[in-house]
Amino acid sequence: MQTKITFDRRSFLKASALAGGGFMLGFNFFAGCTSPEKEVQSIPKEWFDVNAYLKIADNGLVTIMSPNPEIGQGVKTSMPMVVAEELDVPWKMVVVEQAPLAPNSFKRQVAGGSQSLRQSWEALRMAGGTARKMLVEAAAQKWQVPAAECTTDAGQVKHEASGKSIGYGEVASAAALLEVPETVELKDPKDFKLLGKAIHNVDNKKIVTGQPLFGIDVKKEGMLIAMAAFPPAFGMKLKSVDDTATKAMPGILHVVNLDDFVAVVGKTTWEVKKGRDALKVEWEADDPLESTADQDELLTAALGRKTDEPARRDGNPEQVFSSAAKVFERTYKAPYWAHNTMEPMNFFADVRETEAILEGPIQTPEGTRRRLAKELGMEEENISIMLTRMGGGFGRRLYGDFVFEAAFISRAIKAPVKLIYTREDDMTKGLYRPYLTSTYRAAIGENGELLAFHVRGAGMNGRAVRQDNFPAGAMTHYLAESHVEPSKVTTAAWRAPGHNYVGFAEQAYLEELAHELGKDPVAFRIELLEQAKNAPIGELIYEPDRFIGVIKLAAEKAGWDTPKPGVFKGFAAYYSHNSYVAEVAEVVMKNDKPVIQKIYCGVDCGIVVNKSGAETQVVGGVIDGIGHSMYSALTIKDGASEQQNFHNYQLIRMMQVPDVEVHFVESTISPTGLGEPALPPAGGAIANALSAAIGRRLYVQPFAEALKAPLAEG
Amino acid sequence: MANYTLDVNGKKSQVEVSEDTPLLWVLRDHLELFGTKYGCGIGQCGACTVHLDGNAIRSCSFPVSAVADKKITTIEGLSADGTHPVQKAWMEVDVPQCGYCQAGQIMTASAFLAQNPNPTDAEIEQAMHGNICRCGTYLRIKKAVKAASQ
Ligand code: FES
Ligand code: FES
Repeated sequence: MQTKITFDRRSFLKASALAGGGFMLGFNFFAGCTSPEKEVQSIPKEWFDVNAYLKIADNGLVTIMSPNPEIGQGVKTSMPMVVAEELDVPWKMVVVEQAPLAPNSFKRQVAGGSQSLRQSWEALRMAGGTARKMLVEAAAQKWQVPAAECTTDAGQVKHEASGKSIGYGEVASAAALLEVPETVELKDPKDFKLLGKAIHNVDNKKIVTGQPLFGIDVKKEGMLIAMAAFPPAFGMKLKSVDDTATKAMPGILHVVNLDDFVAVVGKTTWEVKKGRDALKVEWEADDPLESTADQDELLTAALGRKTDEPARRDGNPEQVFSSAAKVFERTYKAPYWAHNTMEPMNFFADVRETEAILEGPIQTPEGTRRRLAKELGMEEENISIMLTRMGGGFGRRLYGDFVFEAAFISRAIKAPVKLIYTREDDMTKGLYRPYLTSTYRAAIGENGELLAFHVRGAGMNGRAVRQDNFPAGAMTHYLAESHVEPSKVTTAAWRAPGHNYVGFAEQAYLEELAHELGKDPVAFRIELLEQAKNAPIGELIYEPDRFIGVIKLAAEKAGWDTPKPGVFKGFAAYYSHNSYVAEVAEVVMKNDKPVIQKIYCGVDCGIVVNKSGAETQVVGGVIDGIGHSMYSALTIKDGASEQQNFHNYQLIRMMQVPDVEVHFVESTISPTGLGEPALPPAGGAIANALSAAIGRRLYVQPFAEALKAPLAEG
Repeated sequence: MANYTLDVNGKKSQVEVSEDTPLLWVLRDHLELFGTKYGCGIGQCGACTVHLDGNAIRSCSFPVSAVADKKITTIEGLSADGTHPVQKAWMEVDVPQCGYCQAGQIMTASAFLAQNPNPTDAEIEQAMHGNICRCGTYLRIKKAVKAASQ
């Protein structure tokens, strides 16, 4: 069965003939999209409006523009795959191009919130389906047969009754002259030929041969290199600069004081770095400088405070807690994390009197350009931002601080310039995953029944609570409270914002609570989800059946119910970015030390578009989640990060990586996010398995610290 | 400032730089070979890995003065057209996510396999330990190294 979709043609399509024969169809990726859900509220909203096109050449070769910033999440491969599926062309005839981002010809798109495929699914399909319908119509007219009698396959239109067939390329020019249809029939997902297959990253060849794809590789005529001296601590500002030594150094052309920072500009990176390091800058602070120890006290105090405005309240939790036979309470904590994209922040800017040309890695080109126009006092259409491939994003490149800095430097020196952060700049300058803590409480009745659930969180510049998370919806009495303490330490969205902490704290708590209640952690979760399904309380943001689906899938694949000698297991299941992920972690003891050996994942992200891309996103998310939960921490002393580079900020390495096995739920539901959802439950699953192995619970990240303490007896 | 003649990817080039300039920045700024990446500058991440007389080294931590009379191979020179067995394995296994760390990973792996064509898992992990991948592609890297070793 096919789905018939009517769309608003005004904002959508335009067909035109190509010079030299062929067909071009312009379309709007986000026509008719729904507004973003709460899920992505912390991320800028301008990703709903993207024009792009597909072209069919007279030889049948199809070019599909990929509109989205590519940060490693694989959209440059997966989004064109969706178009190709509905167009019914074999992948080998498809060429993918990054949409050109010159102003006025294309609108732009954001990479963020794991929303690229979800938000554009229908539009991508319609684009392919519409072109296919027009090609069929053109062939039918040529053969003088009814279009309804024609089918397509592998880039050909066929008419079975007469045995005729013709390549798309041969009817493309005629198709371009037809009216764009009002409705289009989309494929039944069970007839998909391409989607669900493993298609390789379209840029692989360029990557493995070292071609200059990234922002840091940009080089232009007359371009200079800049580095900057940024405040060494949060809360400090510039007092004075002595640049005498720097200016006398070889290769240094300018030192510019830009109030918030001092830029050093020269011809080559190494000379500029040496010049930057030789600056004598005095900084001053109006207020006392912060430190992790002080913030710790603030957060602990906040955990002791009630809020007048709870984030969520169902039933009468206060009363149930006051009369409960028992209250089971645990507190969790996790540090700041830096983004640490492997490619440090950088940007190219050439700002002139009336126009500006910029190029580099930014997840939010449209919004950044808008702000830039204000800052530079220029019309938006006189500013162009070209996108490069990005050496990781993880949320850091949603923020345009480094773009503005590059633009201000270029304006000051009246020359094209590429600003580069050293790793130390990148790590110490801020925009961290916030420092977070929370206390979970359960009210337990006389007979060990769970009566009420309470979470209270506190974070420095960020929220430690996701109030609508399961078990909200399953609990008659439920309370969620959130405190945010202000700080000069800047924080930001970080891969799976909020969830990256809650997935650990909440899932570790639920597992320990299950043990406390004498229940199996998997059965306990399913029992609560059944409750949420049969008698939901308040707003339900997740679908209990899909949640149960991934829990059962992961439990079954891991053999959860079958004890394995010497293997300690932990469970976690988490819903975020519209996808469901359950994970079983297995830990073994080697030389008296716990070693994470294997992770089994059950994933429901709707239809799997690209099997290879989807699998690597899940595995990467799990490994990233394990790595940060185990090893990574950023602490503040006298207002400054105490970690500067990878010698004292640890990222996971190959030896520490367990095997990861991924199983997807078979689905015909529209695809949802995958760049983030596998990360949050990883922290919870390993906390639970490690705790089982060492005989004491883990409450504080990074776990490697806690694991250094001697093991419990027995 | 001094003059150096470098032998990079079988081609001799003259550069005039100060003697403490790391090879990494000579490659990128002066020879316009951008495949070798900057990640940390302190020998911790492996993004800048190149071959020096066949051995994998961190080009961010080797001053140009120490490499002048040696044969240097960068990712651009590993093969003319991406057909080195390690590059082929990387494509077959579909390793890259963002791709930024991968040139360094490939250079480490190819030097390692040249010396140890049939490594065990533990030897692969040991050899690749100096290369960080924030995207977490480690399992596919391991698989690709194994594929290239057969
Ligand atoms: S840049 Fe050389 S090891 Fe990181
Ligand atoms: S692929 Fe992104 S850092 Fe390795």
